[in-house]
Order: sequence, then structure tokens, then C-alpha cells
Amino acid sequence: MRQATIICRKEFKSYFVSPIAYIVISIFLLVTGWFFFSVFFLYDQASLRNFFQLLPLIFSFVVPAITMRLFSEELNVGSYEILLTLPVTFWDVVLGKFLAGVGFLVCMLIPTISYPITVSFLGQLDWGPVLGGYMGAILLGGAFTAIGLFASSLTRNQITSFIIAVAICFALTVIDRTLFFLPRSALGFISYLGTDFHFQNISKGIVDSRDILYFLSVSFVALYGARLVMQEKS
Amino acid sequence: MIHVEGLTKYYGDLCAVNQIDLDIPKGEIMGLLGPNGAGKTTTLRMLTGFLRPTSGSIRVKEFTAQEEPLEIKKLIGYLPESAPLYQDMLVYDYLSYVADIRQLKKDRKQSRIEQLADLCGIREVMHRPIGELSKGYKQRVGLAHSMMSDPEILIVDEATSGLDPNQIVEIRDIIRRIGKEKTVILSTHILSEAEATCDRIVIINRGKIVADGSTETLIRSASGDFFIHSSLQGAQFDSVKSELGSIDGVLDIAPRKKDREEDDALDIKITCRADGDIREKIYRKIKETDWVLLELHRETKTLENIFRELTREN
Repeated sequence: MRQATIICRKEFKSYFVSPIAYIVISIFLLVTGWFFFSVFFLYDQASLRNFFQLLPLIFSFVVPAITMRLFSEELNVGSYEILLTLPVTFWDVVLGKFLAGVGFLVCMLIPTISYPITVSFLGQLDWGPVLGGYMGAILLGGAFTAIGLFASSLTRNQITSFIIAVAICFALTVIDRTLFFLPRSALGFISYLGTDFHFQNISKGIVDSRDILYFLSVSFVALYGARLVMQEKS
Repeated sequence: MIHVEGLTKYYGDLCAVNQIDLDIPKGEIMGLLGPNGAGKTTTLRMLTGFLRPTSGSIRVKEFTAQEEPLEIKKLIGYLPESAPLYQDMLVYDYLSYVADIRQLKKDRKQSRIEQLADLCGIREVMHRPIGELSKGYKQRVGLAHSMMSDPEILIVDEATSGLDPNQIVEIRDIIRRIGKEKTVILSTHILSEAEATCDRIVIINRGKIVADGSTETLIRSASGDFFIHSSLQGAQFDSVKSELGSIDGVLDIAPRKKDREEDDALDIKITCRADGDIREKIYRKIKETDWVLLELHRETKTLENIFRELTREN
């Protein structure tokens, strides 16, 4: 575990060395800010529901941009070989990189706290759903980070890894909106698979252990997949 | 120190390393030689635990690669070919990161980094990004990285490829200095380098060991018969063959294609038994006749000859 912390610290630092971090954060704030406030006054409600409703869709494009370099860059430069000949286990590497990605995601969400603060000046804001929303955002972001990490472990090309990750995350997000194609019997099961369904529950302020478990298990499956890919490469 | 038995690696159907047995005692500098694609890097990658062997066993000290790969990794410092380090990290940050991963104590870390900076001559680039360094400096940072935990075994893949002659000498000096106390394995396809730095040379070709020993023993064992080249003026081949053929130790005499066209001298190649030098006898024999001796020299086999003989494509 100590090794994972060291890898995490190093990965986290290296996010802020390159300009990508600042670009991604800026784009994220621009997009969420625009979509949220452009319709905020039309609804005339002091809530962040709109913001959180947008998150799964925006995350499925932004998070892969954060995670795409985690493995691909190492595979491309060859530093992967050095990393694996240091006294670390596969899990140390996977967890270290995952936690660094989640850490970065949290950094990206911190400036958005200005949204609820702004809103609370404008009207009576219920902080419960906001707190739930942020918790859900971190869980959702974690699951997407794990998926992105898995995609990144598959290829040495960052663009390819980005596209794979976007495809998976996007599919998980919109899967329950395609339900009308499907037979009734499969409805419940399919909607349970989608991230949106679980995320909207949490962001309404309803913290259900099933939803938390869902995000944790998606993260775990993806991380385990990344570990298997690493093992396969050796 | 390192004990390898029946090491084999397949990439799909391609057999990269085929049944290699090796025993490397402590304090030896071993050179792994071979043409491109012979399996050098694959062998090293398996020793360092980066690749899993298809079959065979690796034991380092009392640890086996199957059961305690982490313990083995702690004992080995490894520098892959062309030092693939993180491009955007500063040299100091990188070394400090490696020190943390290698679990150096806090109070030892700083002094160790400084010590390595001096040993590898990277003090002046400590605060520059690795990606901006020249190849030689990158290689040195790589060496510093691999020696961070003062490992008992140092494995270096193509340490000097792409460096200028001055840098090559410097890197070699560093490796030789380390090799006084540590076990060093280095792969190279530059023969003079192996000759200059290694105590022992292992030549592999198509994934198999074809020669193993010190430079001298390799040259001695591989040579067998050796050749004497001579050039005689005013001689006929038949009479030369009968005269010189009678000398004890001469196995065969053959005419040789002439290098020069201007003179009418006869060039011959004499195959001799490996034991003893018979040039003196040949000279005395020629002195008795009225031939004029223009040239007499022995072909000494170098590591290069042996290497080419052993790794030639048939």
C-alpha cells in the first residue's frame, strides 16, 4: 500500500506539470458553467439539479481525457518497463494511478462549489441534495476513472485509449435512454446497468447502498481488468 | 548469486529464448552478446521480472521468480535499453521518487542522491526535465536510477548505444567501478566493449547459448586450428607444398587469391595445429631454398571472428 501511495503522489504531481490538467479543468468549468447557468434563470429554482443531471454526460468525455495518459504514455515511452522492475506489485500500480486520477477529479470539482454558493445567495438552497450530488459525482467519476484506466492499459496510443474509454462511459450513461427498444422483461436489468439511473438517485439526495455498491463494483471490475491486462503483457 | 535453468520464452509461435542455463556468481561482470534479435533483451527482461518465462526457473540468492518476485526486484537494479524515463519529470524529482519506491530511509535518501549525482556526473542537470537532456545524460540518470538502492545485482541493456566515444568510455568506467563489488550483467552488440569490461562473455544466437566463458578461453576454445599467411617470390606451388608440408604441425597448404597484381609472388595459406607456433620452422625451411620471403604472418582470432563464426546465418 505504501508503494501505491508513492505512485499516486508521483502521478498526481505530474498532472500539474503538463498543461493538459489546466486545459481539462478549464474546459470542464466552461462547459458545466455554460450549460448550468444558461438555463438556470428559466427554471427559476434554487437547486443544482440541472448541474448534476449534466454530469454523467460531461464526465464521459472529460474523465477519459484525464485517464488516457496514465498507462498509454508509459507504454509508449517505455517507462512501463522500469516501473514494473521496481519492487511494486500490479495492484500497487493500478491503485496508485487510479487514486491519482480520482484525486485530480476532486481538484476539478472543487471550483464548482462556487455554483451552489452563488445559488444560495439567490434563493433557498437545500444543501442535502448538493452534498449527495458531490458524493455521487465522486463515485461516478471514480467508476469512469477506473474504466479510463482500463482503456489506457490496453493501448500505447493515447487517442485510442481516449476513444475506447469514451465509448464505454458514454454507453453506460445513455443505456437507460435506449430502453424503449427493449422488451419489457429486460427493462429493470438494463436500467440497473446504466450509470445515469444510479447517479440521479444519489444526486436527488437519496443515498441507497445499492447505488454506492453499483459504482464501487464498476470501479472494481474495471481496475481488475486493468490488472489482468498488465499481467497479460508480462 | 543468479541461477537460471531451462529458461524459455515464446511470443506466440516465435521462440525468443530457448532453454538457457546460466550460473552467475557474485561479483562477476557478465557480458551478454548476440546479433540483433538473438534474445538478449528478452533474457534480461525475464531476469528482472518484467516478463514471465514460458518455462524454466530463475533463482536469485534464495528467492525464486515464481514465488517471491518482489524480493528479487529489490535485489536488482535495471536500466532498460535507451533509458526510457519519465520525460516531464525533473532529474532530482525522479531520483527522489525512485528512492521512495526503493524504500530508502529519509535520512539516507538525500545523501544517496548526492552520492549518485557525483558518481554519474549529473550534478549540473539535477533541476532540468529529463526530456530535455542529451542522450548521454539520460543514460547517466538511468544508471543513477538503477543504483539507487545500492542493489547487489545491476543489469544494463545496451548501456552505450548511441553515445559518443567519450561518453562510452565514461559509462564503461562507471560500470567497471560498480563491478568491483557488485554482480553486473550487461548486454551489448559491441564486441570491443564486452572485451574491455566483462570478466565473462556469453554469446547467444537465436535464443540459445552458443559460447560461454572468459574472453581468453573463448578465443582459445573456438580457434582450434589457426592459419599462417605467407607470400613467396620465385616459388612454385607444388614444390612449396612438398617442402613445407613436411614440417610437423602443418595440416594443409592452399594457394590464396592474390591481393596484389603487380608482383609474381605466390601467396599461400598454411593451416596449422593449434599447439605451438611453427613460424620459426617455416622460416628456417624457406631459408634453405632460394625463394624470397615477402610476407609471413599469423592470423590471430579475435572475439569478432568467433562471434561471426558462432552467429553466422547458415
